[in-house]
Amino acid sequence: MTSLLLALAITASQILLGLAMGCAAFRMLRGPRAQDRVLGLDTLYLTGMLLLLTYGIQTGRTLYFETALVIALLGFVGTVALGKFLMRGEVIE
Amino acid sequence: MKRLVPFPLLALALFAMWILLTGFSPGHVLLGALVALIVSRTMLSLRPEPPRVRIGWAMVRLAGLVLADIVRSNMAVAKIILSNPPDRHAGFIELPTDLRSPYALAVLALIITATPGSLWVQHDANRHVILIHVLDLVDETEWVTQIRERYERLLMEIFE
Amino acid sequence: MMQAPDLPTWAAIIVGLLVLGGAALTLVGALGLIRLPGFYARVHATTLGATAGMAAILLGSMLCFSIIQTRPVVHEILIALFVTLTTPVTLILLARAAIYRDRSEKASRVSSDGGAEREE
Repeated sequence: MTSLLLALAITASQILLGLAMGCAAFRMLRGPRAQDRVLGLDTLYLTGMLLLLTYGIQTGRTLYFETALVIALLGFVGTVALGKFLMRGEVIE
Repeated sequence: MKRLVPFPLLALALFAMWILLTGFSPGHVLLGALVALIVSRTMLSLRPEPPRVRIGWAMVRLAGLVLADIVRSNMAVAKIILSNPPDRHAGFIELPTDLRSPYALAVLALIITATPGSLWVQHDANRHVILIHVLDLVDETEWVTQIRERYERLLMEIFE
Repeated sequence: MMQAPDLPTWAAIIVGLLVLGGAALTLVGALGLIRLPGFYARVHATTLGATAGMAAILLGSMLCFSIIQTRPVVHEILIALFVTLTTPVTLILLARAAIYRDRSEKASRVSSDGGAEREE
């Protein structure tokens, strides 16, 4: 019974996180400016990382933890690179 | 000792990370210690300015204060997003600061940005003024005095 | 895919509440990305999922794995430490890029010192 409740809670939170990823993707696709898109990407990978952690709880495997760590590392580097590009890549549009 | 391990805290953190990622076994303790010693030496070529950190109760109090503030401002920002009050207006504030140590400023930047509702934008090293963006700006002087009294005093105690 | 690990009742309730609460808070933050006007306001919304949302889900994961493996599992702290250190860095960098772009745009129209206050 409690196992079923926990399964329900985890599935519900996965749906919520999926919706959050949808919101972030909307902001990434719509803009209106380049920094809004980068912000959307930043939120997207963070939420994706959290979603993987809930999969880890669901299956009880630590494999998902390592995937989440790699996503956090690569996402940080990617966003920093994009931010730097916005500063340096184009001086005046 | 100082020449063998130039950055003891960094070496310890690397060692702890290695053990957390691989699990505790004699082989990994040896390997992790080796990695921590060698990798922490690469910082030597950067020649960082030695930080003066005073370890004491001020650190614990700062950590507790920041945790409580993060929880409180999370609630506040969530309420703003859900209700979206029309009379809310965001704005920039200028915070004159007495902090000079780059480490203290870095910690203050982390604190201000990590609490939802306030965002560190820029630090003017000549005028010693920090530009902060606030989501729900009611009273500018209140924000300035709050940040100065809550965080800056403790940071001064720790770093300077 | 409805499955869950077998936990004692008290732990199942705590883990469920933590994960659900963290996910809900992250969703509110992401909603802020859509609802709030202007770039500088939206930056604040991202912090919601990156601080409290992340902390709640990681705490739930730590509790769950500690009980399954019957020993304290703390490697989730690595992710928490890493995210709390890196998210402010990326946000500050983005805000600085945005303010730089706003100022250079404004300077091309009118020469001013650039308060850079744009809400669209």
